[in-house]
Amino acid sequence: MPAKSTINPLVQNSSEKPAYKLIGQNYTTPDLVAKVTGRAKYAEDYRAEGMLFAKLLLSPVPHAHVRSIDASEALAMPGVKAILTVDDLPAPADAMTDLGQVIPANKLGERGLTNDPVYQGEPILAVCAVDEYTCAEAIEKIHIEYERLPHAVDPLVTLRPGAANARVEGNVWVRPDPPPPVKGQPPPPPPAPQVQELKWTAQDFADAKDGQLPMGKATDHWSFGDWEAGLKNADLVLDETFVTPNTSHQTLETRTAMAYWQNGKVYVHCSTQSTSQTVPALARWLHLDMSDVVVISEYTGGGFGSKITSAISAIIPALLSKKTGAPVMMRISREEEHYIGRARPSIHGRLKVGFTKDGRITAIDMYVICDSGPYDPQGDANQSGRMVSLMYQPPAMRWRGLSVLTNTPPRVSQSQPGGFQGIVLMEPIISKASRKLGIDQVAIHRINMPEGKANIGPPLPNGKRLYVTSAFIKEALDIGHEKFRWDERKALPKRSGTKARGIGVATSCFVGGSVGFDGLFVIKPDGKIYIQSGIGNLGTESVSDCHRVTAEILGVPWEKCEITWGHTGRNLPWTCPSGGSQTTHAMTRAAYVAALDAKDKLQQIAAKDHGGKPEDYEVGGERVYRKGGGASMTLAQAATRAIELGGIYDGHELPKGINKFTAASAKNLTGQGLLAVARDTMPRDGQTHSYVAGFAEVEVDLETGKYRILDYLAVADVGTVIHPRALGGQVLGRSMLGIGHAIGQKWVYDQHYGLPVAKRFHHTKPPTILDAPENMAWEAVGIPDPETPIGARGIGEPPVGAGCMAILNALSDALGDDVFRRAPVLADTILASLEAGRPMEEGLTAHI
Amino acid sequence: MAIVRDIMPAFELFQPATVDDALRLADKYGKDAWVMAGGLDTFDWLKDRIKRPKVVIDLSQVAELRGVREVSGGLEIGAMTTLTEVVRHPVVREKFSILSTGAEAAASPQIRNQGTIGGNVSQDARCWYYRGGWKCYRAGGNICFADTPTAINREHAILNADRCVAVNPSDSAPALIALEAQMVIRNTHGERVVNAEDYFIGPSIDITRMTVLKPGDLLTAIRIPATWAGAQFYFEKVRDRQVWDFPLMNVASAMVVTGGNIERIRIVVNAAAAHPLRLTAVEDAVRGKPRNAATGEMGGKIAIAGAEPLRYNGYKIPLMRNLVKRAISGVEEAQWT
Repeated sequence: MPAKSTINPLVQNSSEKPAYKLIGQNYTTPDLVAKVTGRAKYAEDYRAEGMLFAKLLLSPVPHAHVRSIDASEALAMPGVKAILTVDDLPAPADAMTDLGQVIPANKLGERGLTNDPVYQGEPILAVCAVDEYTCAEAIEKIHIEYERLPHAVDPLVTLRPGAANARVEGNVWVRPDPPPPVKGQPPPPPPAPQVQELKWTAQDFADAKDGQLPMGKATDHWSFGDWEAGLKNADLVLDETFVTPNTSHQTLETRTAMAYWQNGKVYVHCSTQSTSQTVPALARWLHLDMSDVVVISEYTGGGFGSKITSAISAIIPALLSKKTGAPVMMRISREEEHYIGRARPSIHGRLKVGFTKDGRITAIDMYVICDSGPYDPQGDANQSGRMVSLMYQPPAMRWRGLSVLTNTPPRVSQSQPGGFQGIVLMEPIISKASRKLGIDQVAIHRINMPEGKANIGPPLPNGKRLYVTSAFIKEALDIGHEKFRWDERKALPKRSGTKARGIGVATSCFVGGSVGFDGLFVIKPDGKIYIQSGIGNLGTESVSDCHRVTAEILGVPWEKCEITWGHTGRNLPWTCPSGGSQTTHAMTRAAYVAALDAKDKLQQIAAKDHGGKPEDYEVGGERVYRKGGGASMTLAQAATRAIELGGIYDGHELPKGINKFTAASAKNLTGQGLLAVARDTMPRDGQTHSYVAGFAEVEVDLETGKYRILDYLAVADVGTVIHPRALGGQVLGRSMLGIGHAIGQKWVYDQHYGLPVAKRFHHTKPPTILDAPENMAWEAVGIPDPETPIGARGIGEPPVGAGCMAILNALSDALGDDVFRRAPVLADTILASLEAGRPMEEGLTAHI
Repeated sequence: MAIVRDIMPAFELFQPATVDDALRLADKYGKDAWVMAGGLDTFDWLKDRIKRPKVVIDLSQVAELRGVREVSGGLEIGAMTTLTEVVRHPVVREKFSILSTGAEAAASPQIRNQGTIGGNVSQDARCWYYRGGWKCYRAGGNICFADTPTAINREHAILNADRCVAVNPSDSAPALIALEAQMVIRNTHGERVVNAEDYFIGPSIDITRMTVLKPGDLLTAIRIPATWAGAQFYFEKVRDRQVWDFPLMNVASAMVVTGGNIERIRIVVNAAAAHPLRLTAVEDAVRGKPRNAATGEMGGKIAIAGAEPLRYNGYKIPLMRNLVKRAISGVEEAQWT
């Protein structure tokens, strides 16, 4: 990029908000009418000529080896076309970084089908037939002989001496130390984690008091500052154990996929969070070149981290289609989605936190056990420590953790992965300290909050710590304090009749943006802007919201912008994965640099035709015009001239820095008008994070244990607001996701059999509309992030932790400290604990 | 045979238009037939391929089984009347509001639009082991998986368990028992009328059934006598979610109070045992007593006599005590300002 296109001068060093016409305004998104009229087509809605169906045969046991499969009777049935087993799958493939470094495949990784099931419900094989009824009948005719293996579904139990391991290789993930860096070489990729056996001693378990988490050997650790001195010199030290729930993503749309092959390319209709980024994932799983994979996903019914690049199960219909020579649809049932649809890993955590008497944290000693499920090690353990280090700014901290394997369904990131658990482990301690020290909940949060370029995480090899781009969470607390009428509510009595009431506040944070992706659009001779969007349409509206920046910068009415999305055969640019709430940040930047590229080219074209220098011209009002008046041309005229000029102007010459995926798309758009394409190489000082402060009021029925959430307010520090309605949907929707963790959502396992008993919604208890707070509101701080043009950050993650813990802190405010020590908190826990005067729910047993 | 769930197997479907035709079909196919009302219980079983009837007799076309009729100061409710129709019926709301409250507490609006009063009182146990296809006593096996040292049983029984610890999940059943309703049952041999409290059976009578209905029997109507019309009613359901959830426990009472004293009372609790529990000992103890907090507390204590918790359902004992207390003396509401 030319030097001028760095950070938006309108934003930097300016406390005034720029006068935007589109940014910050509500609008009708291009997908809305199709969604509300039912015309939107999800993966399951597609049909293709001669289409067959597939269904999965799932393991009935939690851990086994398949000795033999006899499918002869099934294959002999009329209408049955094929079966697919793990022997038909390509071997796990290595991945390649942008620098060309090979990341070797996880040999113990998930492949989609298996002869060595590691959880009940794991797909063993798929049957393909003319319809699903025939598939099901055929599955019932297949005979499989399993060699049963010992199972482990409780992460703490598997650490006991002599207890079973979830994998033959062991029960914990261990990351070997990275090799030393070679001077002049890029740092090598981290070595692949390995599964090993780790058992604690009986003494490790005996040392923990009732309800306290035992803390045997950990596999990972980091620290900064003198945490021991911090705890020693504290006025108050709290030592608390808390357990967070495993929660299925259970998106409304299950991970259904339909696939067919045409001319050597595979076309996959799937459900995914990210359009462009699903191409390399499918290419890797199927051992294909990226150019031979076409992804179609115009609408996605939710992901929350479970479909960042669709799902590995999508390769099953693709391979069955190859085998049968016909299109194959594999619809995933709600039952199957429970098993293969991913879930958030639980964390058993124990934290010692020191406070001064005015509430400032002196040090944190954090210990976490993450239930990583049967496959890949989850980042949640480490991320929980990083987010605690950012959110509460301890001057000194030690973090220790381990990632344990269990024979339960695969885990993956779920909104605010790790950050959520960190907040849930830490907030009860902040809340308890406020009561112990006699400090207001808002005040004790505020004194510990980050501001400016606050530090995050462990020290780097050079001894320095990373820091964030900005943090305005103190401002969010101040806004919420006033809007929630905190002091007024605080003055009300806590008990009346058979009811108790309480108020709670919680703060939360997470990653809010990445950099380095491409923008691509064409201004055509009809004067319209044709924007190519590689963003997934996962319900956040970022698929169109980010491109409002293009229209804003070029001064073009939104009605003259056409967006192409949801089909990688239609020339989309290289785009960030829509996960970790990076999209709004990453893709407003990409839209911004592409818009500047267009502006630059428009100015050059105007100067060529009307004389003077490019910088003598300005772009706006659908024209490029000489500053101060005089010569001008319309965008339509400029687009025609771009085609005549060719070269860089209409895409015949493409810039070098863009991704090859973008370059391939841009080539297909060449010669249609003024082609704008650019990669975001703008500087950014710090790691981008967003923040939320949540405020809640609850009323508890002391005779039944039931509680109602009377009010909830979320105040988001998300930088510039791009689209208020979409932001409100994200803030309140993700708050509700967190509230679900507080009030009911969970897994339930019978540990003896290693089998789940709660599989359907009325057992796993995601919240219903009537469980939502009676009043729910949101606000945004609205201060632009100084390290990105436009100033916008992502918001999908931090509302979750704030939603969960504002509720639970309000419950503690109403009931005191001796009621619960894990989430979710349901009526049974409250009633039994109130009756006994101490926490009555089993503290550490998993999945109850 | 490998297991596959969540997809319905094939069966022969009959949709009779009269009760007589339905009874003839039920008689003809006996144990091979499954009688379906609204389908909410049925489709769970069928989609999971755990119950595999050869024949399904769908009652949705039998017009004579639908509707609410006024009969000598009381009501006769056709078994196929939807829960929504029961909830909205003006006489139910005016004279027997405990039934509209109880029926409205069931499930969700969509389910109540499809689910019937006959189905709601005749539904099977919801124990997650049993419904998950585990071969337990109730499913014809020889173990109760919900009553082992590792069992997860927070929703299970605290009273009257006999091998099986599942509970009856109906929300309308306790209201009907409180109203002294009668169940009209027909088969090809004729009609019999059973008191609502005798309609429901526990495992000690038959561990595989929740009601007295046997193959060939059809619940055709529920009669509500005028006895409790306009009485003081109390209904409360405690559940994890505010809609679309079964009760952790519910309570229903009908009461006539004269001069501040309880003259007549019926009180019923459900989801505490395999069948709704009419608490006659409590009724006897509080009858004639002033309707106040002390009487309520006494009733609550009597109600839980003999209750035995499992590993995870100890909370149900104080819950039952408190709900019974409220059903007698009401709730002390909060005054925040």
